[in-house]
Amino acid sequence: METNHATTTGYRAGQGRVGRLAVNATMQKLRERVIEFIMFLCALSSVAITLGIVGVLLFESWNFFKQISLVDFLTDSQWTVLFENPHYGIMPLVTGTIVTSAVALLVALPLGTIIAIYLSEYANTRVREILKPILELLSAVPTVVFGYFALLFVTPLLQSFLPDLPGFNMLSAGIVIGIMIIPYVSSLSEDAMKAVPVQIREGSYAMGATRFQTAIRVLIPSAFSGIASAYVLGFSRAVGETMVVAIAAGQQPNLTLNPMEGAATITAFIVQVSLGDLPHGSIAYQSIFAAGLTLMCMTLLFNIGGYLLRKRFREIY
Amino acid sequence: MTDSTIEAKVTRNKRFDGLFAIVGLLATFVGMITLTALILDLATGGAARLTPHFFTSFPSRFPAQAGILSAWVGTCLIMLVTALTAVPMGVAAGVYLEEYAPKNWLTGLIEINIANLAGVPSIVYGLLALGLFVYQLRLGQSILSAGLTLALLILPIVIVATRESIRAVPSTMREAAYALGATKWQTTRDHVLPYSMGGILTGVIIALSRAIGESAPLITIGALTFIAFLPEAPIKAEFPFISFEWLFSPFSAMPIQMFNWVSRPQHEFHLNAAAAGLILMVMTLVMNGIAIYFRYRFRKRIKW
Repeated sequence: METNHATTTGYRAGQGRVGRLAVNATMQKLRERVIEFIMFLCALSSVAITLGIVGVLLFESWNFFKQISLVDFLTDSQWTVLFENPHYGIMPLVTGTIVTSAVALLVALPLGTIIAIYLSEYANTRVREILKPILELLSAVPTVVFGYFALLFVTPLLQSFLPDLPGFNMLSAGIVIGIMIIPYVSSLSEDAMKAVPVQIREGSYAMGATRFQTAIRVLIPSAFSGIASAYVLGFSRAVGETMVVAIAAGQQPNLTLNPMEGAATITAFIVQVSLGDLPHGSIAYQSIFAAGLTLMCMTLLFNIGGYLLRKRFREIY
Repeated sequence: MTDSTIEAKVTRNKRFDGLFAIVGLLATFVGMITLTALILDLATGGAARLTPHFFTSFPSRFPAQAGILSAWVGTCLIMLVTALTAVPMGVAAGVYLEEYAPKNWLTGLIEINIANLAGVPSIVYGLLALGLFVYQLRLGQSILSAGLTLALLILPIVIVATRESIRAVPSTMREAAYALGATKWQTTRDHVLPYSMGGILTGVIIALSRAIGESAPLITIGALTFIAFLPEAPIKAEFPFISFEWLFSPFSAMPIQMFNWVSRPQHEFHLNAAAAGLILMVMTLVMNGIAIYFRYRFRKRIKW
């Protein structure tokens, strides 16, 4: 009897609570929706960044190309925006960028790939746990510090066996950028190699192949897609690197493919202009956006190339 | 093929294999030797300049009197703005993409976009900020613009780190919370986020350490290389006690100061640059060290 009574009162009290619960549930649902919407906006902001970049670059470049013809921009061999008699030929900056990036990639791609093979196939867990974080520090060092290093350590070092090397040169800047981007190349490539199924490796070992043969003939072809993305990212980093070239490669536009000379890159030019106080809306101000657009087009072209290459050689398990 | 030729071949292959192990180790040493040379070079040049005076004086025409006061204050304030914007936004975006997002073209687009943002050169973010923050939104060449610029730059890093550590939380945790009647947000807030905090924190520290050393975008939006005053203090003696004036103050930052000193011809300024570089290196190494420690500790402690 006692228990029965308790249940009835509990039931009556419960009816009021159900009402309150229903109100609470509606409020809660509303709150959930609001939170979800806010988080959605945050996720969407990354798309807004891309649109912003494209929009700003196109808008300011449009103003630039209203005054300078695209043909002059692409064919004139001089870039002298800040001079009395300005020329607007992007080519010297493009060659500077290509030469420094080429030197950087010549350093980073072989070293990065060898390191990736070593870490994924040869090193034991302990060695890997120690080596990987140290290597990754290379990409964490502030780039301005690398610029200092290139100008005041690597260049004098190179000059001791290349006496004709000028103080500002693309060679030392390129080498330092190359070392800087090793971790980007090596860790992405390593991930790709690790993702190759064990059976494929074991198949190769069962045929009597050594680790080296397996890596070169089986793993690299199988992981090609991932390794190609690593190379593309390395290229994007090298092309976009700013401080090292601005400090160590000089700021003089120079139409040359010789890494032993100094030359400004696209990024170095943007820095050079930004350091002076240029009036907003002037043609020199707009020219840095045109230069930035060229930079983006170069990375985009390379990314598309990488994508096509990946699509062609893609292996699916 | 006779037995002896096969044997010779096997021996040769094995030798090659062993050789490659050495080559691989040497290749990793290239990176390590560079790091060591870099630190030693900075230390020999800059250690002598690291006096208390160096931290408490403004830049100067005379290298021996020049210091990094405005630079380190600028860096701290910029980092404050960056962290306060990039961390909540990045974590929220990561949570949304991992826990909430339906599989449709829009979320697919967002994902591809985040992956591609990693390849965008940092100076391009500077151009975006110059056009958008400095001139369109009229925030000026200020600490606020600088902080927001770096926030955009590290946003993808924070998002990716958040997603990765959320993905590591087993779905049984979520199901247990749902079974007890928790809503999605309650589950996320009380269970998923606390469990993934270690990974998120690691990502945030790494992202901030990257932002601290970044100079190109700050130069683009108009960082000053010679600045002989401090921004307005954020806390005031009189009502309303808090001031946001500092947000709109012109700024300098550690890497900018170092760049300025490196690009001068006099050797004495290079010593100052080395000292500033040494401080930057120590900050980066400490932050990365903390991140590695966190990663290690959290991985050890949590056993599902």
